[in-house]
Amino acid sequence: MASAYSKDLLLTMYRKMFLIRRFEERAGQQYGLGKIAGFCHLYIGQEAVAVGTNEAIRPDDYMLSAYRDHGQPLARGSDAGMVMAELFGRTGGYSKGKGGSMHIFDIEHHFYGGYGIVGGQIPLAAGMAFASRYRNEDRVTVCFFGDAAANQGALHETFNMAAKWKLPVIYICENNRYGMGTAVGRTASVPEIYKRASAYNMRGEPVDGMDALAMYETVKDCADYCRAGKGPVLLEANTYRFRGHSMADPATYRSKSEVEEERKNDPIPKLRAFALKKKLAADADFEAIEEEVKAQVDAAVKFADESPEPDLEELWRDTIVEEGEEDVRPRQRVLGHNVTNWPSYPSGQELKVTWDLEPREQAEKEDKKAGLVR
Amino acid sequence: MAELMYREALNQALDEEMKRDANVFLIGEEVGRYNGAFKVSQGLLDRYGSARVIDAPISELGFAGMSVGAAMVGLRPVVEMMTWNFAILAMDQIVNNAAKLRHMSGGQLRCPIVFRGPGGAGGRLSSQHSQALEANYAHFPGLKVIAPATPADAKGMLKSAIRDENPIIMFEGERLYAIKGEVPEGEHVVPLGKADVKREGKDVTLITWSRMYYFCEQAAQELEKEGISVEILDLRTLRPLDEEAILASVRKTNRAVICEEGWALAGVGASVVDIIQSKAFDDLDAPVLRVTGLDVNMSYAANLENAIQPDAPKIIAAVKQVLYRQGA
Repeated sequence: MASAYSKDLLLTMYRKMFLIRRFEERAGQQYGLGKIAGFCHLYIGQEAVAVGTNEAIRPDDYMLSAYRDHGQPLARGSDAGMVMAELFGRTGGYSKGKGGSMHIFDIEHHFYGGYGIVGGQIPLAAGMAFASRYRNEDRVTVCFFGDAAANQGALHETFNMAAKWKLPVIYICENNRYGMGTAVGRTASVPEIYKRASAYNMRGEPVDGMDALAMYETVKDCADYCRAGKGPVLLEANTYRFRGHSMADPATYRSKSEVEEERKNDPIPKLRAFALKKKLAADADFEAIEEEVKAQVDAAVKFADESPEPDLEELWRDTIVEEGEEDVRPRQRVLGHNVTNWPSYPSGQELKVTWDLEPREQAEKEDKKAGLVR
Repeated sequence: MAELMYREALNQALDEEMKRDANVFLIGEEVGRYNGAFKVSQGLLDRYGSARVIDAPISELGFAGMSVGAAMVGLRPVVEMMTWNFAILAMDQIVNNAAKLRHMSGGQLRCPIVFRGPGGAGGRLSSQHSQALEANYAHFPGLKVIAPATPADAKGMLKSAIRDENPIIMFEGERLYAIKGEVPEGEHVVPLGKADVKREGKDVTLITWSRMYYFCEQAAQELEKEGISVEILDLRTLRPLDEEAILASVRKTNRAVICEEGWALAGVGASVVDIIQSKAFDDLDAPVLRVTGLDVNMSYAANLENAIQPDAPKIIAAVKQVLYRQGA
């Protein structure tokens, strides 16, 4: 299978992983300088999960995440400067600085947000997948969550419905081994999160979250499975965050040797070594990418720094939709970029709902069998 | 005009809106094959099928959140909560997601969704099933909260709510489903955010909503026999409050009593008092009084249950007090 990888795919993945890494390093630095506030949860170490996943699905598939949400939009193609400006709380950010680090939204790239309540985004993903089936679209929804969210009731309530109704949604648990400062096994009776899928008769499996190609292959297969109407999937991407839970966390709950051991498994050099070994790319290719990305991130920081704070008038906007009010298209507003793929939905008159959640005939047959009707 | 029960008026609104717009779907416990725990969704499954009238598992947080997700990408869900008491389990999805999506996305997203179901006291159901919880939701920016009293308002406001681009919280009176009233046929739409003078009067304004309106009406009829002319202002929408209508009525009568089923502390009525005293203080001839549920949990015992809730005699006493006809 490995021979099927194109140079373009490998270099795209490398570029995106390196962008996330470099972006997060600079975000950490800017936090230290007091330019970024709040918690700021860095993604360093987990890049292969977002990038492998994104390359395996279509640009118009839906994606959403939790509060560690800088990596996925960058993988989707969001503007690094606008993500950085959001972290700075500036008007050039995707949410005009109103959402901050935990709430990156880029609807143009079908990234439907980062959410701050553990597990709170899990039901939303099922609803987006429900909408795809309702409209007879073959989109899938990818929902990221952390290992600790697997213990939330929201997950179990949602898995039950998603599996019962065969919704096209891929749940990816990014198991980075710690829910804040608590090791997974200390709070989970079944620490292998993927096994929980079996309780809902849904497909569940582990995947190496430190390997972009493993993520790519597995998610590709899962997306086909979902599009074929076979139902939801739970993937457990076993990964590791090299930094603390957030910038406010010195991560003293784990040993230096553990972190050093895991660092040997860094997904970025791993992909590079693979491409070199297969002679699909040369050192010069990677060096050129690294130089470009460094300049891109420098520009992103400069863009964020120069972007003004939002007007106080903004306080009164974006809470309630006023009649006739248009939705904000951030890249158009900030960069003057012409947005062509802003989602539009069919009006009710054009929409034909042909899907049956519970086919009537079958339901009536069951009723008869149970003696409920004669 | 046809005379319909409150539940039939709601059913008509759902039917008309589902016919008009295929993006509208109904989800909740027992809404489909059972035809609704309170029969609001009678017949809809047969007309619209199981993808649009969905029997949800008993997972309030789950199906509320799933519906929010569907609204984020353009569907228009109506989520029936079997009662608002159970919706407490879904509060995270309603408050942390639905109400905040537009803000957190900087205006990229909208969440056109209606959460509706019965609120207020049931008959002899004790503490967990007899609560007027509207003040909880009225607290949150990003939501609109409505509580119609009459069948006509129920139909017209539900239709408006389904067409609104924002998350709407709709409290129906659990004990109002069987009351009857004239309901206009077809396109009858009542705007959200507008209070309604249900009874014109000149001596005192009774400000109320939902089931308490009927106690106010009863009180007004009694007071009329004593020559006291009562104006009844039915707020109908609790967020946003119709300040203009509140102030206009108080400036006319110079006295006000607020009747609220829920608890007094941090209640909606407290905000109405705040509006009146800060913007129409000079128009007042007496302090504004509130008649509310007592500051206790609801009892099962019939006499205690009655004592806890507002009723016409309590309202009459408060009105006489603001008219200085009777002491405290």
